[in-house]
Amino acid sequence: MSRQVFIAFATLVRKEVRRFMRIWVQTLIPPAITMTLYFLIFGSLIGSRIGQMGGYDYMSFVIPGLIMMAVINNAYSNVASSFFSAKFNKSIEELLVSPTPNAVILLGYVCGGALRGLLVGVIVTLLSLFFTSLPIHSPLMVILVVVLSAVLFAMAGLVNAIFANSFDDISVVPTFVLTPLTYLGGVFYSIDLLPEFWRSVSQLNPILYLVNAFRYGMLGVSDVHVGWALGGVVVLVAVLFCVCLYMMEKSRRLRQ
Amino acid sequence: MTLALEIDHLTKSYASGVKALDAVSLHVEKGDFFALLGPNGAGKSTLISIVCSLVRKNSGTVKIFGKDIDVDFAAAKRHLGVVPQEFNFNTFEKVLDIVVNQAGYYGLARAEARDRAEHYLDQLGLWEKRDQASRFLSGGMKRRLMIARALVHDPELLVLDEPTAGVDIELRRTMWSFIEKINAAGTTIILTTHYLEEAEALCRNVAIINRGQIVERSDMRSLLAGLQRETFILDIEGGAEPELDSQFAANLVDAHQLEVSIARGQSLNPIFQALSEQSIEVRSMRNKVNRLEELFVGMVGSNGGAQ
Repeated sequence: MSRQVFIAFATLVRKEVRRFMRIWVQTLIPPAITMTLYFLIFGSLIGSRIGQMGGYDYMSFVIPGLIMMAVINNAYSNVASSFFSAKFNKSIEELLVSPTPNAVILLGYVCGGALRGLLVGVIVTLLSLFFTSLPIHSPLMVILVVVLSAVLFAMAGLVNAIFANSFDDISVVPTFVLTPLTYLGGVFYSIDLLPEFWRSVSQLNPILYLVNAFRYGMLGVSDVHVGWALGGVVVLVAVLFCVCLYMMEKSRRLRQ
Repeated sequence: MTLALEIDHLTKSYASGVKALDAVSLHVEKGDFFALLGPNGAGKSTLISIVCSLVRKNSGTVKIFGKDIDVDFAAAKRHLGVVPQEFNFNTFEKVLDIVVNQAGYYGLARAEARDRAEHYLDQLGLWEKRDQASRFLSGGMKRRLMIARALVHDPELLVLDEPTAGVDIELRRTMWSFIEKINAAGTTIILTTHYLEEAEALCRNVAIINRGQIVERSDMRSLLAGLQRETFILDIEGGAEPELDSQFAANLVDAHQLEVSIARGQSLNPIFQALSEQSIEVRSMRNKVNRLEELFVGMVGSNGGAQ
């Protein structure tokens, strides 16, 4: 990457970070409040009646999934809304007329979205310490999984934003796809509790692998093979990067 | 001869089936102040959007200062600055941030970007507004902001797509003077405008595009020399209804205005003499329309404007 290209990348990332920091009441506070409510209701109130899950008390079991849920949702929605807004008000043309390569525009937006996801993840993690102590089984696995997940869903948000024709279009995927997959992705329960059929169906859900790999990093327990989960995420990141780049180059929704 | 812009056999058809450009070739020399004129839908904006890579061409080549946009995209883009027709900045961003970020996209380090942003915002009378969100600027200020943003990386070719649309006459003249200064300093300017007097006053060379084809490419002086007739409006006072020789194609607009059309090079003296003999005083006289407009209407009017 030449110096000029690096400056363009840094400018875009800086702009994206400043954007979500400027509207922190909309971007950082809501996930903090929502997750605190989850900790209170599912962890403290209901969790105390559920007992142990995966060898841990329910609060400890549920926290890694909730952190991952916050990271995924925020990385996704940041890029989806920011990129679509730029398309909508045509300010994306500032980048398209410049010498900035498409790959750098893609990386800049993804990096901005991933940073918001990670920042929200840190906030939620800190809040969770008010409810329980968190063991870290494998710090490397925690960092690897959370970063890859943030990047993966930031790219998914970009695909959504490129396709979207209206602001309604950027809420369709989170509402009808992302939320159900997250809720059914082993955030609140171990898939060992499910009947054989639903356990097999759950194994088609990519979020299940992310949540379990992250939970393994923190607690050392997982419903799935962690190596496969990590490998799958890396492959998905690579595939989605190619899809995003292809869309940046070819999509008529960006350049007629 | 160095060419700032070299377009050859450029063709573009949209998915809707509209053929916006039909094998257009256009060369603009370095340092020129060039007008690209045409009615709505003629293909001006498509041509400019292809040069800026906002629209993909079907075929043909575009070179900016010798750099092919398909081969050496980044180098070609560094030579180019664009002021688009519509506002295309984030209205929630501050004025200074918009210009500094644009410099960043061209690879300028932040300190240098800020210095240049200050220079151009100051020149365009926007420095006082630097910390204001751009949505609070007036229409004229927003236009000037887009000019500052386009100039911040010091492009050698500046494309202005109707930069003075909706701008009041005083501000328009200030912008003309600024753009002329930029051109005098060596920047090649390509201007599209609906104000033909603007093109006539500023530009040295002109191309007229209609239905996706260049129908005229000339220097402004030669083009205007091709004008066959001129129309004047005379403000008159006194006397009865004027009577003039039929060769003058006179038309009384109202009791005080007489419209006279004469062949190019024909003397006006017989008109004044005839009016004087009829005890009619000529208080003042002016061109009915600017000359370029007459030519333009003649060239594109018969074919129809928009596609």
